[in-house]
Amino acid sequence: MRSTSPLPGLSLSLGFTVTYLSLLVLIPLSASFIKAGMLSFSDFWDIVWSDRTRAAYSLTFFSAFVAAVINAVLGFLVAWVLVRYEFPLKKLVDAMIDLPLALPTAVAGLVYSSLYVESGWLGQFLVPLGIKAAYSKFAIIWVLVFTGFPFVVRTVQPVLEELDPEVEEAAGILGASRLQTFFRILLPTVFPAVLAGFAQAFARGLGEYGSVIFVSSNIPYETELAPVLIVTRLEEMAFPEATAIATVLLVASFMLLAFINTVEYWSKHRGT
Amino acid sequence: MALDPQSQIPVVKRRPQDPKWVRVFLTISALFVVLLIIGIPVLHVFFRAFENGVGSYLKSLFGNANTRHSILLTLSIAPRAVLLNLIFGLAAAWLIARFRFPGRTILLTCIDLPLAVSPVVAGLVFVLMFGMQGWFGAWLADHNLQVLFGTPALVLATSFVTLPYIVREIIPVLEAYGEEEELAAVSLGANGWQMFWRITLPNIRWALLYGIILCNARAMGEYGAVYVVSGRVSGMNDTMPLRVEKLFQEYDMPGAFALASVLTFVALITLVLKTYLEKNLMPKHGTESAGQK
Repeated sequence: MRSTSPLPGLSLSLGFTVTYLSLLVLIPLSASFIKAGMLSFSDFWDIVWSDRTRAAYSLTFFSAFVAAVINAVLGFLVAWVLVRYEFPLKKLVDAMIDLPLALPTAVAGLVYSSLYVESGWLGQFLVPLGIKAAYSKFAIIWVLVFTGFPFVVRTVQPVLEELDPEVEEAAGILGASRLQTFFRILLPTVFPAVLAGFAQAFARGLGEYGSVIFVSSNIPYETELAPVLIVTRLEEMAFPEATAIATVLLVASFMLLAFINTVEYWSKHRGT
Repeated sequence: MALDPQSQIPVVKRRPQDPKWVRVFLTISALFVVLLIIGIPVLHVFFRAFENGVGSYLKSLFGNANTRHSILLTLSIAPRAVLLNLIFGLAAAWLIARFRFPGRTILLTCIDLPLAVSPVVAGLVFVLMFGMQGWFGAWLADHNLQVLFGTPALVLATSFVTLPYIVREIIPVLEAYGEEEELAAVSLGANGWQMFWRITLPNIRWALLYGIILCNARAMGEYGAVYVVSGRVSGMNDTMPLRVEKLFQEYDMPGAFALASVLTFVALITLVLKTYLEKNLMPKHGTESAGQK
């Protein structure tokens, strides 16, 4: 494509886009880094490496990671069934997958806490079995599974649809069993898409706030996530602390975003 | 073309089918997963909202002044955030789909940034800008301007979080249509706005509508960012999701679920429209290949 397109609007759209993005996103985000940079290194380190902060970070990363792994498995299963099998109400099920993207996280938190408390629809069966799915780490992970559910399904679905049936047929003719075909042919092809969806779900889980405060008891060292700790510090008017913790979370998110872009690039360009 | 040795009729390309028990087992498992994670929670919202009858539902929804206020506040904030991101989305999508310039990839990544940032951090950065200890806090206080804890901060935080949704819907559609029609219009003497209103906008109208609906759903439901920048004073700056949490904390479950059911209804409408609109998004008459690189 030419760099000097005859189409109008280059300077107008460029000017507006850059200005809007700077004012709304880039300058505010840089405020976080600059404010954190104004702390001395030892102060910064004391905040982000205190026992309570460390506990919050590890819980955040752990729950987001486990939830993303669960999403990778369940998402792959659902995408597989949606692409390959026919069943009644398939369109409805397909449409419902996106609900977590449209449903406010506060509503998700409210419903999940109400479903899994001892008297809830599902809690009444699970609590006697010793499964505490409200006000526990499990509850946090489970609600993160909800908020991240669409990502793997939606990254894997198009890849499964585009798979050439001939490849599988060839593997079958050459003597591979269905299971061999799955593990040697299908899984490697779909893997980058699973990884991309996994990373998106992971990134979403790292920052999640609205849903987890409903289902978690938010006890320091126990069930306090990093975003919850940031809000606690803000409410104590401890701005430097909040900013330092947020900056670490931001850096982690940016690294994940870079990873997602790399994986997407890789999955688009491999083998073509 | 593969031929069936017996009938000599061309065989339709078809995936090797899994054994029936595998199909049945996997389908039931997947349906169970979707029902457990998504289906039951949705049913539960409406069940809890209406368990004491429609009269009680309406009373919890409209009988409470603070709840009423939160609905009105959300209805005033979400459209403003959507409008801002709509203008941005049109400009940014036109720029990215139609021009090649240095820094284009970086710009694309910057547009995606809000998706990667925790909503809480998104709220925090506005506190750092407009709070009393923030960059502009003192200046704003001197001039008696209320940004933080007021509507401006709520709109800004909501716009931040929902920024990518509209532009990300328009870019692929613009790229799929290619630039031929627009080039033709311009070379025949149409000015920029005529081209935009007559060619570009009709082409992307469904994608635009879809983006607006998605952006609106996210804007109405935003919690973390809005929580941080709002003062959370009932009847003042509580939006609908914030009000849901407050009712939950006050053990007013009927109230919380009544309000939550409205938000769930918006989410369901969004999904229905999405399913309906998706079919119309892309160009129909062989123009698909034109713009793709």
